[in-house]
Amino acid sequence: MNDLIERLAICLERGKVNRSSPHPPDLKDQDGADELTRQALDDGISAETVLADGLIVGMTRVGKKYSEGKAFVPDLLMAAKAMKAAMAHLKPYFESGQTHHRGTFVIGTVEGDLHDIGKNLVAMMLEGGGYKVIDLGVNVPAAKFVQTVQENPGCSVGLSALLTTTMVNMEKIIKAIHEVSPATPILVGGAPLTDDFARRINATAYAPDPQGALDYLSAATS
Amino acid sequence: MQTIREALRERRLLVSDGAWGTMLMAAGLTPDICAEFWNIENPDAVRNVGAKYIAAGSDLITTNSFGGSRFKLDDYDKADRVRELNRAAAHISREAAGANHFVIGSMGPTGKMLLMEDVTEQELYDAFRAQAEALLEGGVNACCIETMSAIDEGTLAVRAAKDSGAETICTFTFNHLPDGTYRTMMGVSPEEMAAAVVDAGADLIGANCSLGPEAMVEIVAAMHAAVPDVPIIVHPNAGIPSFVEGETRYPETPKSFAAQVPALVRAGASIIGGCCGTTPAHIREIAAVVNNSRGEAKAITS
Repeated sequence: MNDLIERLAICLERGKVNRSSPHPPDLKDQDGADELTRQALDDGISAETVLADGLIVGMTRVGKKYSEGKAFVPDLLMAAKAMKAAMAHLKPYFESGQTHHRGTFVIGTVEGDLHDIGKNLVAMMLEGGGYKVIDLGVNVPAAKFVQTVQENPGCSVGLSALLTTTMVNMEKIIKAIHEVSPATPILVGGAPLTDDFARRINATAYAPDPQGALDYLSAATS
Repeated sequence: MQTIREALRERRLLVSDGAWGTMLMAAGLTPDICAEFWNIENPDAVRNVGAKYIAAGSDLITTNSFGGSRFKLDDYDKADRVRELNRAAAHISREAAGANHFVIGSMGPTGKMLLMEDVTEQELYDAFRAQAEALLEGGVNACCIETMSAIDEGTLAVRAAKDSGAETICTFTFNHLPDGTYRTMMGVSPEEMAAAVVDAGADLIGANCSLGPEAMVEIVAAMHAAVPDVPIIVHPNAGIPSFVEGETRYPETPKSFAAQVPALVRAGASIIGGCCGTTPAHIREIAAVVNNSRGEAKAITS
């Protein structure tokens, strides 16, 4: 069993989706996240264990490597793809209530900004980390964030921006959310952002990378 | 008119232009407006940017077509206007440049990833080919594929531009990693990029955006070592921006930026301009230093 779970973690870390996937070349013709998740569940390993000890462990490893500059966007994307393949098998357990999400995370790229790659990476990492992710897309106005926060009590929020000219829109979105829900944690991130900027606009925290967002939420909600 | 490489054989160093995005924003462009649409709606503002750079001493100016591929224009429901908007972009910069300066047609990334099967190689190639042909029709001297981070997309764009008959420039954007090395967000090193885009047919290569001039020195040196015969162009940012009292500030002044030009030239750069945060004032200072640095520049022999 432990071997199967560790192999699953490796599939996430290396972005091995399924047996027929050519990536990464050194794992060619081996089972991927898809097959191994099925096997683990068939062997009677709980969905919770598969998620926590296999998938999330692998996702965290690749996330850390990314933070350290040892893995790159394609590695995160392939890990997310592997996660998606695995989650297809776990979905029935979540839906039946046997397994619970760690929390709800609402994410969007702020008003005026159409860039989605960074936002998508964070969404994938959080989903991979066991959160229910509500992705509001790009160019999201304050009112949409506020409405979604009100519909999802207890959620956390992530705001993304790629441009120096759009990151300034974060301030009013944070203000609008905190007016209706002062305790909602709001993480901000994106290429031009800094910790200092996050503090100035009253964000709850600055996430320098996707793993940073996951680490913050894990620490805050555990 | 000569090619850019021919001009470099004679003059060794050339001055490119500075930022367009930040200049257009100063003229009222906001991020929710399609920048390329200003080529039709507000051509005077666009032409004015190019004219200011020419007046400041640019030998080459770019075009307002960075997001002019059908995939980027689709964000604004203008995917069917690639030809019109790119032709206009080229035409406007040509008006600003006159017959004796180079116009290089800006082509940015599509935002789509082959790895994620967002698009096929053929779709990407066709999109870049359509953009390159429209830029050429509008009167550019060369195509400048810029801010790329993925080898697959960058090389497809180079092939498309070359197949259109354009002299082709390709620059990638690199980050400084915790271990001190430089790679794009897709994990590509300057050496890997240089080899791949030259193999795809690029006539000039280089780096733009993300980093200031000082960090670019190492990147230029790495590229120069990888492909010694290919001229290198750099468009650094005016440093890394900070946000002070409600406005974005770039740390490099025209003087401090220009002070780093000799190091870029010694590392192997042949064309120097700027990216985000640089202004005509930066280009004026860069041009002054470039004119005093020709003796230190590497000779372009092919």
